[in-house]
Amino acid sequence: MTMIALAFDGLLALTLIVLAWRTLASPDLHQAVVLLVAFGLQLSLAWVRLDAPDIALAEAAIGAGITGVLLMGALGQLADSADSAPSTPGPGAAIVPLQDESQRQHGTGPRVLLLLLTLMFAAALGTAVWQVMVSSDGLLPAVQAQMPASGVAHPVTAVLLNFRAYDTLLEMAVLMLALLGVLALSRTANPSWPEPSPVLTALARGLLPLVTLVAAYLLWRGSHAPGGAFQAGAVLAGALVLANLAGAPALPAYGALLRSAVALGLAVFVGVALVAMSLEGALLEYPSAIAGGLILLIEASLTLSIALVLTLLVTGVRAGETS
Amino acid sequence: MTLIDVVSLASLVACAGFFLAGTVGLLRFPDVYTRLHALTKADNLGLGLMVLGVALQAGSWAVALKLALIWLLVLAASTAVSHLVARAALRAGILPVTEVSLARDASCQPGPP
Repeated sequence: MTMIALAFDGLLALTLIVLAWRTLASPDLHQAVVLLVAFGLQLSLAWVRLDAPDIALAEAAIGAGITGVLLMGALGQLADSADSAPSTPGPGAAIVPLQDESQRQHGTGPRVLLLLLTLMFAAALGTAVWQVMVSSDGLLPAVQAQMPASGVAHPVTAVLLNFRAYDTLLEMAVLMLALLGVLALSRTANPSWPEPSPVLTALARGLLPLVTLVAAYLLWRGSHAPGGAFQAGAVLAGALVLANLAGAPALPAYGALLRSAVALGLAVFVGVALVAMSLEGALLEYPSAIAGGLILLIEASLTLSIALVLTLLVTGVRAGETS
Repeated sequence: MTLIDVVSLASLVACAGFFLAGTVGLLRFPDVYTRLHALTKADNLGLGLMVLGVALQAGSWAVALKLALIWLLVLAASTAVSHLVARAALRAGILPVTEVSLARDASCQPGPP
């Protein structure tokens, strides 16, 4: 590695640690959320430096985008329900900090012990990863050997949607469960966003077609280059949330159509798995002649479902519709 | 080094200067509105210079056009976002710091201003 690359990576790692520390240590929750979004962006840079552009795309879209909006929305609802807010100006300073000073001052001994344990764990983990990196190629040769049978040209997509498709199916099920949990708990009306500024409306009107195009491009590109269903779904969810913020609720009421669209990804995935089982004898064993087409079908329905799930996580549904 | 490399290097150094200026403004200006000025203007111009410097090294028109598109998108998004932040700050009651408010704060406090 050249000196400049080493210096850049070292600076990036240092920035990550400092951002993480400041996020946890800041008494103002608004500042903490903004620092968390910045942390997500630096982390996606770190993934690029580690030659993992798929994860970098997903981290930028989900970690820095959707999670930031979710936390800001939660902060807004906290501020609305806080009875005794101090009168200092500033949107974030109205949030009462979670700890008061007396809790912060005792407990130094356990903290030092915890710091030592964390540093030892980090050193052990770093040593283990270093040895793996130096001594073996991992699973890369095995994956490359099976690529012609997988139906796609990009190894990450082949692993996610063919060799380890079961994991992706369960991930989609976890997303659906998260949405069910959120819908079961959210009995309030839509979040109280202020009425949109004309600048935001103009920006949304200009950006939405472009963002939808980018999402479709990411979906198509996943078969031969970094991209895929999760990244495309997260970008599309960003577009839908932007449309909501700009005053044009982009989703219909939570009726049969929306519910079927949300369940479509998991349903298509399970359907393909069962059909493959009846044809080839093992769950998710795609017939290799149509594997590419099946993967595209699964990815398209996953994109739609992921976009709708993430959008509903942010916007919620109106009370009374979740029956 | 060819002329293109020199121009590229010059724009990247200028970009670093603009980003530094924007960050200094963020840290040193007195209130939200002036900080937004520093961030939006200096950072967008810095990003434009960075795009120029990188696009000259890109080697193909497609990559250069994509970089220019990224710059235009960042321009649109950051101007809209700075307007929204200023609007939210105004609605939260944060007033801009002016000579009048500085003089008033100075005269209200005991001791030297």
